[in-house]
Amino acid sequence: MLLHEIAHARTGDKGNIVTISLIAYRSEDFKLLEERVTAKRVTAHFESFIDAPVERYSLPQLAALNFVLHRPLSNSVTRSLALDAHGKCLGFALLALEL
Amino acid sequence: MKPIRIGAGAGYSGDRVDPAVELAEKGSLSYLIFECLAERTIAIAQKARLLDSSAGYDPLLEERMEAVLPVCAARRIRIISNMGAANPNAAAEKTREIARRLGVRGLRIAAVSGDDVFNLLRSGNTDIEKPEGPLPLVETWLSANAYLGVLPLLEALQSDADIILTGRVADPALFLAPLIHEFGWSLSDWDILGQGTVVGHLLECAGQLTGGYFADPGKKDVPNLDRLGFPIAEVSPDGAAILTKVEGSGGVLNRATCTEQLLYEIQDPSAYLTPDVVADFSKVSFDQLAPDRVLVQGGSGRSRPATLKVSVAFRDGYIGEGQISYAGPNALHRAELARAILAARLDPLQFSELRFDFIGVNSIHGPQLSPTRPAPHEIRLRAAGSAASLASAARISREVEALYTNGPAGGGGATGSTREIIAIIAALIPRESVSHQLRILES
Repeated sequence: MLLHEIAHARTGDKGNIVTISLIAYRSEDFKLLEERVTAKRVTAHFESFIDAPVERYSLPQLAALNFVLHRPLSNSVTRSLALDAHGKCLGFALLALEL
Repeated sequence: MKPIRIGAGAGYSGDRVDPAVELAEKGSLSYLIFECLAERTIAIAQKARLLDSSAGYDPLLEERMEAVLPVCAARRIRIISNMGAANPNAAAEKTREIARRLGVRGLRIAAVSGDDVFNLLRSGNTDIEKPEGPLPLVETWLSANAYLGVLPLLEALQSDADIILTGRVADPALFLAPLIHEFGWSLSDWDILGQGTVVGHLLECAGQLTGGYFADPGKKDVPNLDRLGFPIAEVSPDGAAILTKVEGSGGVLNRATCTEQLLYEIQDPSAYLTPDVVADFSKVSFDQLAPDRVLVQGGSGRSRPATLKVSVAFRDGYIGEGQISYAGPNALHRAELARAILAARLDPLQFSELRFDFIGVNSIHGPQLSPTRPAPHEIRLRAAGSAASLASAARISREVEALYTNGPAGGGGATGSTREIIAIIAALIPRESVSHQLRILES
């Protein structure tokens, strides 16, 4: 099962930082997100985009996790050569994670 | 004390104008806020001001003011916006001219300046912390602006300004200031300022709270995105707010849209730094009271930082880009051949970085996260590179275009562009070294 089935996400950016929220559609699935979508696993998933471990914050009352990804400084919004310079499409790369 | 209704009329500089008109006409608002400054917007406006001293404000200022001024004046809706960008005084003068032209007399229009700290930073007469590393050479700087907080906005509101135009002000402060003004909140009541900041943060991207940037057909459906309604916060004196939108407008407002927007661009939810408070979003809760009506509460805060953030924008070379398409049998192999030709033709010494993508295959999520699938029917090859000189960057679009007559069979739709890179670096300066100015015009 893909994460996309039980959770939704929104991606934001600030300079070389990309933030991804991950929110369970049903609050009873939040425990599964907390157990399976660890900072370590998300770090490995985005290995090719980042140069530091991913940070994870938990907001149980909202059934939400918040991930902070650090891209290399050469990949900040203003300098990136990527088509998606902001990294705004990365949230859906997280939702493609197999649970 | 009655709740105050505040509407968000824009979430970025180029945003739709019709939802703001709808809010002004049907939102029963006391305040209409336009947040229009992204990180680089001021630097781009500063380039315009260098060419023409009466320019440098938001390109849509005139269109927005013409659309909302008469109705806001008739309904006594006060307007607050950072559409002043690099030239708040010129924005105020232009707004007065528009008001007079439309026959709206007696409006008080305030221009807030003082965020421009370019000369201060250059003079070396202030302490500077450099959390992102050393600042680039001064010769490359385009602009340096400090993020001001609520203080100049409060002064303008106390001076009975109907319209307030600023340069760089922290986005949530545009919303927090009218709440402090109306309810008499203390500037050291960190918890209430934190909750007010939650409301401001939720509203500052306008349509992103009401179903924009949200729809995922079959999973998260949103009705009538073509006429998305922008959000309204009905804020009580204790800071709790009901988030809603104009009845009958498009979009949706529910716990899911609110949760996504609460965390949008947030790093540590317990420490959101603004000039006015370190806000804590970590205990915020949402309750759906009715369709498109959500109660938000639980924001809190700690004392404000001793420093103000400054964004320094500087020229950082050029980016060149070109694209060309291949379709039909063997398309991927023809695109790969085109890439190999470009890689051989573009001198790596002229570029600090070069990149090639196959759009439709792996250009967005990269090779690692893009599963291998049968080759698509059509491929768009994209080449991009950064270079110190405009001439080097421009080689990319020339070489891509030359693939028409010199490259693989069947290339089509070549496009190219070359642009200057305006990069941003942040610094911190003591808040005491920044002072603001207020100028009030009357229409």
